[in-house]
Amino acid sequence: TSTNGIKTSKYNPFTFLPLNLFEQFQRIANAYFLFLLVLQVIPQISSLSWFTTVVPLVLVLTVTAAKDATDDLVSKPVPPLQTFNLNNLFPVLRLRSEKWMDVQVGDIIKLENNQFVTADLLLLSSSEPLNLVYIETAELDGETNLKVRQALTVTGDLGEDVEKLADFNGERFRMEEDVTHFLFLFFGFAGPETKLMQNCGKSTFKRTSIDRLMNVLVLCIFGFLAFMCVILAIGNCLWELKAGSQFTVFLPRQDGNSAGFSAFLTFWSYVIILNTVVPISLYVSVEIIRLGNSFYIDWDRKMYHPRNDTPAEARTTTLNEELGQIKYVFSDKTGTLTQNIMTFNKCSINGKSYGDVFDYAGQRLDITEHTDPVDFSFNPLADPRFVFHDHALVEAVKLENPEVHAFFRLLALCHTVMAEEKKEGELSYQAQSPDEGALVTAARNFGFVFRSRTPDSVSIVEMGEQRRYELLAILDFNNVRKRMSVIVRSPEGKLRLYCKGADTIVYERLHQSCGKLMDVTTEHMNEFAGEGLRTLALAYRDLDQEYFSQWKQRHHEVSTSLDDRDGRLDELYEEIETDLQLLGATAIEDKLQDGVPQTIEQLAKADIKVWVLTGDKQETAENIGYSCNLLREEMNEVFVLSGNSPEDVRRELRSEHVGTEQEGCGRPSSPPGKRGKVLPDEAVNGEYGLVVNGHSLGYPLERSMELDFLRTACMCKAVICCRVTPLQKAQVVELVEEYKQAVTLAIGDGANDVSMIKAAHIGVGISGQEGMQAVLSSDYSFAQFRFLQRLLLVHGRWSYLRMCKFLRYFFYKNFTFTFVHFWYAFFCGFSAQTVYDEWFITLYNLVYTALPVLGMSLFDQDVNDKWSFQHPELYLPGQLNLYFSKKAFFKCALHSCYSSLVLFFIPYAAMHDTVRADGKDVADYQSFALLTQTCLLFTVTIQLGLEMSYWTAVNTLFVVGSLVMYFAVTFTMYSNGMFLALPSAFPFVGTARNSLNQPNIWLTILLTSILCVLPVVTCRFLFIQLCPTINDKVRQAKTKDPPLPRRARIRRTSSRRSGYAFSHAQGYGDLVTSGRFLRRPAPSRSSGLAHAGRSTTSFSPMGRSAGYSPTGRPQNAKVQDVEVTSLQMYRSVRDPAL
Amino acid sequence: MAKQAPDFANRPDNTAFTQQRLPAWQPMLSAGIVIPGFVLIGLAFIGIGVALLVTSQSIQVFEMDYTGVGNNHPCFHCSDPKPKPCVCKLNFTIDFFLKGPVFFYYGLSNYFQNYRKYSVSKDDDQLSGNLKNFESPSDTCSPYQRDNNKPIVPCGSIANSMFNDTFKLYQNVNATMKPVNFDGKGIAWWTDYNIKYRNPDTTPLRNAFNNTVKPIFWPVPAYELDPKDPANNGFINQNFLVWMRTAALPDFRKLYARINDPPYAEGLPAGSYMLEIQYNYPVLAFGGTKKVVFSNVSWMGGKNDFLGIAYLVIGTLCVLMSIVMLIVYAKFKFPEED
Repeated sequence: TSTNGIKTSKYNPFTFLPLNLFEQFQRIANAYFLFLLVLQVIPQISSLSWFTTVVPLVLVLTVTAAKDATDDLVSKPVPPLQTFNLNNLFPVLRLRSEKWMDVQVGDIIKLENNQFVTADLLLLSSSEPLNLVYIETAELDGETNLKVRQALTVTGDLGEDVEKLADFNGERFRMEEDVTHFLFLFFGFAGPETKLMQNCGKSTFKRTSIDRLMNVLVLCIFGFLAFMCVILAIGNCLWELKAGSQFTVFLPRQDGNSAGFSAFLTFWSYVIILNTVVPISLYVSVEIIRLGNSFYIDWDRKMYHPRNDTPAEARTTTLNEELGQIKYVFSDKTGTLTQNIMTFNKCSINGKSYGDVFDYAGQRLDITEHTDPVDFSFNPLADPRFVFHDHALVEAVKLENPEVHAFFRLLALCHTVMAEEKKEGELSYQAQSPDEGALVTAARNFGFVFRSRTPDSVSIVEMGEQRRYELLAILDFNNVRKRMSVIVRSPEGKLRLYCKGADTIVYERLHQSCGKLMDVTTEHMNEFAGEGLRTLALAYRDLDQEYFSQWKQRHHEVSTSLDDRDGRLDELYEEIETDLQLLGATAIEDKLQDGVPQTIEQLAKADIKVWVLTGDKQETAENIGYSCNLLREEMNEVFVLSGNSPEDVRRELRSEHVGTEQEGCGRPSSPPGKRGKVLPDEAVNGEYGLVVNGHSLGYPLERSMELDFLRTACMCKAVICCRVTPLQKAQVVELVEEYKQAVTLAIGDGANDVSMIKAAHIGVGISGQEGMQAVLSSDYSFAQFRFLQRLLLVHGRWSYLRMCKFLRYFFYKNFTFTFVHFWYAFFCGFSAQTVYDEWFITLYNLVYTALPVLGMSLFDQDVNDKWSFQHPELYLPGQLNLYFSKKAFFKCALHSCYSSLVLFFIPYAAMHDTVRADGKDVADYQSFALLTQTCLLFTVTIQLGLEMSYWTAVNTLFVVGSLVMYFAVTFTMYSNGMFLALPSAFPFVGTARNSLNQPNIWLTILLTSILCVLPVVTCRFLFIQLCPTINDKVRQAKTKDPPLPRRARIRRTSSRRSGYAFSHAQGYGDLVTSGRFLRRPAPSRSSGLAHAGRSTTSFSPMGRSAGYSPTGRPQNAKVQDVEVTSLQMYRSVRDPAL
Repeated sequence: MAKQAPDFANRPDNTAFTQQRLPAWQPMLSAGIVIPGFVLIGLAFIGIGVALLVTSQSIQVFEMDYTGVGNNHPCFHCSDPKPKPCVCKLNFTIDFFLKGPVFFYYGLSNYFQNYRKYSVSKDDDQLSGNLKNFESPSDTCSPYQRDNNKPIVPCGSIANSMFNDTFKLYQNVNATMKPVNFDGKGIAWWTDYNIKYRNPDTTPLRNAFNNTVKPIFWPVPAYELDPKDPANNGFINQNFLVWMRTAALPDFRKLYARINDPPYAEGLPAGSYMLEIQYNYPVLAFGGTKKVVFSNVSWMGGKNDFLGIAYLVIGTLCVLMSIVMLIVYAKFKFPEED
């Protein structure tokens, strides 16, 4: 029988060794060393002892295996499955407690309040009215708000009747945690088939561009190795023909070996000797460095968010240096740029603006944490989290200013919020959108407390006095109307219509008498909008009973009619919402996360392009674009792409091209679809922004137009795509990846960002909230968007720098090491004689040079973090791949070539025919080997010192320690004791003592090392003087402390008028007023489950200022990106195809 | 303003290491360091170079080729490998006082002691006196491992190809040949004849060589290499040790003897000499040459002008470069403030 257990680990203790070894040997480098090992055991070929390969290979395999094992142990924290008990209702009509892992598909389950759910379920019935359940899907998609799910009438009516439920034969549905008392569920998918597992299924293995480059380089190196070996083999052949054949007297030669055969053997012998050009320890070292740099990210206090105790986390340890090369950042909006907290900040009531704080001189003060908040203690029902600073408004309320009272009464009545009062006086609201919640909470604090509602009444506490308003009609919000109204009868019997909506819409419907008030209010609203606040205009109208009864009658007729009901309803609403009296306006702040504008400014300075991809409306998105500094007033133009057909979009794209005054702006004549084509960056005069609408975005993402689109988009400083689906998010990212040879980063917090996070080279998840989905599929996670600048500008830059320095130096030291063999070949009859002692060859990479270079790659920083922030331009070299490229690699090789020539020929010439000071031999092979290897080690160490720009004590310890280690190991291996123990393993006995006490040996070492380094110093110095890079300049300047960054508050003087505060879907007016289910046709959405990755929110809790989430988690809740209500969504799920 | 801090369980440690704030020295290639550095290095190198060159110039070397190429060369008759043994006498005149102690070297050229298969063709265990390896020499010695199924001791190419010319030097004093004593000891490394090469403990030494054969090219077995001094036989014969310390490069010289017996310990006076060579070792076959060298030494070893010249050249270049840098620095002075 199949089990529901989900398995995410790769190994078990028994399979680990074979599986891991198998995997490791699939790596080309490891396989190559295995091959070398085979070569080395062939006596005719073996030019080195077996241990020279075995020791490094074993070490590398061990380190990698250890890392793999730990990775496997800690990988993928999937929600635990086995630990929860639940009541499992079997078709045999018994309720039984089961573990989740034992539940089978087809079981019917009874869940109780606050139980976890780990499978896809279909809701059958619930204890709540209307068979509603509230579920939280945080574990699935990161959204903390409660979502409404409703059972079908058919099943809902079955209630708790177990027998009937057992007869049920239906479809499936996905459920999560509920706050309902109990519910019955039908068990749909289990185990690996759950949506969760299907969704997080295949994450592609990400590689960095350096990785890819390294693979190419390693192939090149293989080619080069073969080339060198061929040359040496040819040399051997010639030598054999010319000299060797005569030298046979003294050489141990078997008969019948032709020169050709000898050359063949020599080729393989040299493959063994020169193998160090393909450094086996490279990969391991790279992994260690990345791991180290990942730890720095985990450890960084400046990326730790104390409010929810969340440190940054590098979830992938293989992508670090790519963080230093980001060119495009794709960001989600809600929860990433914004906190999804709406705060009631300001308002304008009857021509008077409230919300600003003035000092005695009448100067406007900035509101800081120290500004005195308004004391709401007069109101026992006030929400303590609500903060307001303008005392004038409270005074006005207390003075019973009628307009102010009407204003707040409207806010308390005109909404679709649900109130829950678990204990007396402890209210919590469930609002459909955070804006609405903010308004109702504001009214609550100012003494107009929305207490409860029934389908036909609303109870509020007005200045301590309980009043019940009869709710006669809700004229609900929708996207066309952009307003909502309620018609209520006050306890006194007065009929009144309250309306709130977008200013333009409301203004059209005002009574002429409001003209003057309109002007003042408009001015205020402009002011609010300039500060990036969202505004709503509020108005009311007194109705007379007769007119209303008549209207109500018609309303009833229309509601029950069958054809074009919605259209006719709208007309009817239109009719009654006229001659309104303006009350004022509210201003709600869609709170940005801390430091977002500054971060975006910094990223822009670092030439990182930020694209915002959001599910929000164009207007909202644009607004946020302005308020977070992405779009700016001073931009030459902000294009809007909102065509509804391919032709429109194409025309819009074309016209924008003209707008950018591209000279010779040739059409992309090359047929698009040519894969691998790279679109070059184009020079643009002026700054442009681009706003793309979701339905238009579909067209440019098609093959025929994507180049046009990309060209336009990339010429713009900022791009905002609104109303995009998760799939489109990923498509946009892929489009940029495909045509721009640029590194992309996607940052988001919700399940709708997962596709984008997976598609981008680097995915970043905003963590610290309940949601795990984005974080689970991300490579890095942290709590705040502003940490992105530290991740990129500091950690990324350092990682890139360190990795590049490491690679350059590593190749340098290995090439230098190896090339000396090549030169020596010309003096030893191409006989594959090594220049160095075999032990030195074994230990060179592992012991003598490993730690210094690791130290450099773990500690180096050209400039510290403060300077990195001060000069975001420092980030540019990474984007341009300047520090490690094919060119840089080639330079390394040339440098090595020079060094190796010096390293061979200086000792050669210095030792030629010379003797010790006592006349004895010092030009023998062993002394020469010792001399050359010592020269080499000094040279590469000094070179390392030149590379290192940040000498910590650890670095000094490593460098000096390695040199000391070299001499210690050398003297030990060349000691009498070692030789006596194993004569054939340590034949170099005495060499160190006999040659290193000679002054001319040391003079040779000095000469060689200095000669290797001098040209480098000269070149660098001259380059710094003649064409200094930005790094040189900053390094030069950094001897002083960086000037403190100005933390000037960004004041926008915007003339833009923001949109209305509703950003949400069709309202819940119907649900509120109806006692029965909705009977609206389901919208033609393809499939509910297919969209389930997107949020389908209904009631979302609000933020801190008005936080009343039933789960007590007020922050960063998520607004819905999609306009399908959960009820509609639910209907669409009933697609029988499922 | 913060609410009651929850507990910061996950807060990273605030250490200089985790926050990457380790104190560090951050050197830069600034003009203030580089230019004076170059001048200093340059001057130091010029000083060292002068000292080395002067020392090297003071070393006296006298060398003669005796390969025997050319009809009129006294060793010509010996260059044909057939008649053996062959003795040739080389008369020469030293027209300066060759200050002692004088070292006598033989030199070979185009001789690839560093050829890999040659240089590994020995058995270190056998040479350190391990009797087990007398019976069965290591495979590395192949093809000089066994001769007629008997183990060769010492086995291998290096030993087999041991240089076996012998030299005797006479000073021609008033037409009488006055022998100049060669001291064939103290020419090998102390570690070689005390640690690395040891005879088996067997006494007499020859017993250890029972059931073994001498290397094919050798006229005498190892235990009879020095008939005069029984202690200089077997694997610790110093000429053998010198030969076994294979040369790094194809042209090499090896110490044959020291001249440290009075009256020549002070040096070889100017005058005419005669070198009697027992010419055994064939080199013409592979285009090699043989030579003998009389030389004295200094603190820096044998004569080698290269090191001194290299130091001088590089020192000069350093000074020149520092001037160039100074000019560049003065002209294109990199703006200190941005």
